[in-house]
Amino acid sequence: MVRAYVLLAWTWLRASAQYPASLVLLTLGSFVINGLDVAAIWVIFAHTRTLAGFTLPEVMFLYGTAGVSFALADLLFGNVERLSQHIRAGTFDTMLIRPVSPFVQMAADRFGPHRLGRVAQAVAVLAIALAQLAVPGSRAWMIPLMILCGTAIFAAVFALGGALQFLLTDAPEVANAFTYGGSQLTQYPLSVYGEQLVRGVTFVLPLAFVNWQPSLYVLDRDDPLGLPGWLRFASPVAALVLGGAAALAWRAGLRRYRSTGS
Amino acid sequence: MIKAEELGRTFKVRRAVVHAVRDLSFTVGPGEFVGCLGPNGAGKSTTIKMLTGILAPSAGRVVVAGLDPARKRKALARRIGVVFGQRTTLWWDLPLRDSFELIRLLYKVDRVRFRERLDELCAILDLGDFLKTPVRQLSLGQRMRGDMAAALLHDPDLLVLDEPTIGLDVVSKAGVREFLLRMNAERGTTVLLTTHDLGDIEKLCRRVLLIDHGRLAFDGSVAGLRALAPEETSIEDVVTRLYLSSTPAGSPRIRPLPPAGGPPSGMA
Amino acid sequence: MRAYVLIALWDARPGLGGYTVADAITFCFLSQAFIGPMQMFGGGLALSERIRTGDIAFDLVRPASLLAWAMADDLGRAAYLTLLRSVPPTLVGAFLFGIVAPAQPGFFALSFALGVSVSFAWRYLVALSACWIIDDKGTQTLSSVLTIFFSGMILPLTLFPGWLGTLANASPFAAMVQVPADIYLGARSAAGGLAFQAFWAAVLLGAGALLTRRARRKVVIQGG
Repeated sequence: MVRAYVLLAWTWLRASAQYPASLVLLTLGSFVINGLDVAAIWVIFAHTRTLAGFTLPEVMFLYGTAGVSFALADLLFGNVERLSQHIRAGTFDTMLIRPVSPFVQMAADRFGPHRLGRVAQAVAVLAIALAQLAVPGSRAWMIPLMILCGTAIFAAVFALGGALQFLLTDAPEVANAFTYGGSQLTQYPLSVYGEQLVRGVTFVLPLAFVNWQPSLYVLDRDDPLGLPGWLRFASPVAALVLGGAAALAWRAGLRRYRSTGS
Repeated sequence: MIKAEELGRTFKVRRAVVHAVRDLSFTVGPGEFVGCLGPNGAGKSTTIKMLTGILAPSAGRVVVAGLDPARKRKALARRIGVVFGQRTTLWWDLPLRDSFELIRLLYKVDRVRFRERLDELCAILDLGDFLKTPVRQLSLGQRMRGDMAAALLHDPDLLVLDEPTIGLDVVSKAGVREFLLRMNAERGTTVLLTTHDLGDIEKLCRRVLLIDHGRLAFDGSVAGLRALAPEETSIEDVVTRLYLSSTPAGSPRIRPLPPAGGPPSGMA
Repeated sequence: MRAYVLIALWDARPGLGGYTVADAITFCFLSQAFIGPMQMFGGGLALSERIRTGDIAFDLVRPASLLAWAMADDLGRAAYLTLLRSVPPTLVGAFLFGIVAPAQPGFFALSFALGVSVSFAWRYLVALSACWIIDDKGTQTLSSVLTIFFSGMILPLTLFPGWLGTLANASPFAAMVQVPADIYLGARSAAGGLAFQAFWAAVLLGAGALLTRRARRKVVIQGG
């Protein structure tokens, strides 16, 4: 699996390297476009010292961790969201005749370093946030772990969205709403949202475990909703459960695959 | 090599159930060269897709190279080669040589054997001139030759081709046919192809499967197919007559079209 | 979702930017409602596709004005999207969050129409730029980013500090979301807002007409 992914990704990388100018522009563009999110946060904090109880460095920490997780998942698996295009074009059939999982082929298809622009932007924000926060070493160990789990959770959401496209071939937007909606949602402290929504992303679609719950530990904060403290260490469990659900959904979708005419 | 038993596949189109293939039973032995014929929408491509593991059958059983295609798709992929006439299985933006190299790695073909095989295929198919050309810049005839080489690099026991000669000029067509015959004769590769070109059937196939309305309408030799309508002189006329007579007199043969982008009632 | 962020902000700073919490929520729903008719994410014009395929040559040599034809097409689509995509969610928002009623319905309708016109003119210019730039994907993306940020879609422009605020408020993008929303809320004089919008509509449409003529000359010289 990993070997096949690396092979395919490397092939696409070489293909895209034939157009270096376009590559640089796309990478820079993605850096700037995502930078506007930060500009919005900056504008908000030009008017207030705290947002739903969180300071600017804290919100930037939440944004940065969510951003890095999402950008990494997008870099590695984001292309799965183009499944319906491949189904309609009939190119998904050609993936099914190869001795490699179609999920790996989808994820690696058109693998492009321009998505690194988004990773770089999120890493920059996270670095600035960490420089201002002075997180003690005794709690900092959580940061790499939460990014790992967050990436896994977003990757699972991408896979779920892909699986959904086996059924909704004509409506990929529905599936994409979950991935990009999830990314937007986790950029701010969940305490700004309504309580029902927060419970939903804690217990149903566990986006709260991407960054919110582990961040409460890193930032040493009480849960504004008073949810139990052990939840902040539950990210690996959430990632595993959602990953398992995504794998099952993908398999079920593949069984229902109907191909196209001709 | 292939054993299909009461194979069936249904699609739901706007709540109506369409039988693209039903009760299809046939076997293909090792080394055979079989052509699959049938009008547009008869279920040929659906059958091919079930044999190659792309589609899961909704009824019946199929075993290809000793494997269940839907369950052992990846293992099967190493044993068979597949070519679609209407679309390439190569990587659009990569030079042909890079596509081949990638296939070698994906199929885990031994480097030395790959080298020999590639040289052999390049010689037979005359690929040397455009090995460094990206696939998107190839002509259809060149692309088809590249596709066939790609499907045979891992030395499969069975080669499945869906309309391999569609859109090719007479010279390219002859080249493809000669190549297929050679592979079948020299390597003993089993070949199953679908086509609308009766020249393919006459020049290549020792055996013909006629599929219509998702069912097997005829299974036998080309001579046997001719014998179905002895009063006709050319094979075109024989097949035309068979297609026209395949529905009860008076009722239109045209079935409702599936929605755009949705699954068809059968494949062309 | 954005509504929640704004609520949190206005909870911390009531009366910020001259808006109440209810005003801020209303603003948020209005900006969402504008997405469809004004095509805030860019595109929406068949024009760019026709330029890519070269069919534009046929359109340019027709006796009818390309600009007028494209505008009629776009305004028609906007009217349809307003009824279908904008009114229902706004009513739901009114029901769930209690958004305020328009302060000046007549002026708002006029301002909304002008906003759609400015949006069309801008997208027309962007689409037509593809006649000179080979790949218009970059300009399209840049355009939608500028539009989303500087129109007030993400945050009301009244919150933008200092020079950024001045710049944003003077830009044609402000004529798309910020000004119509302010007129809806009664937070700005209708006459001044409408004049601002009309100014940008005239400038951009004028530029569009000029560019169309240049494009026609280019196509005619090249022989299509």
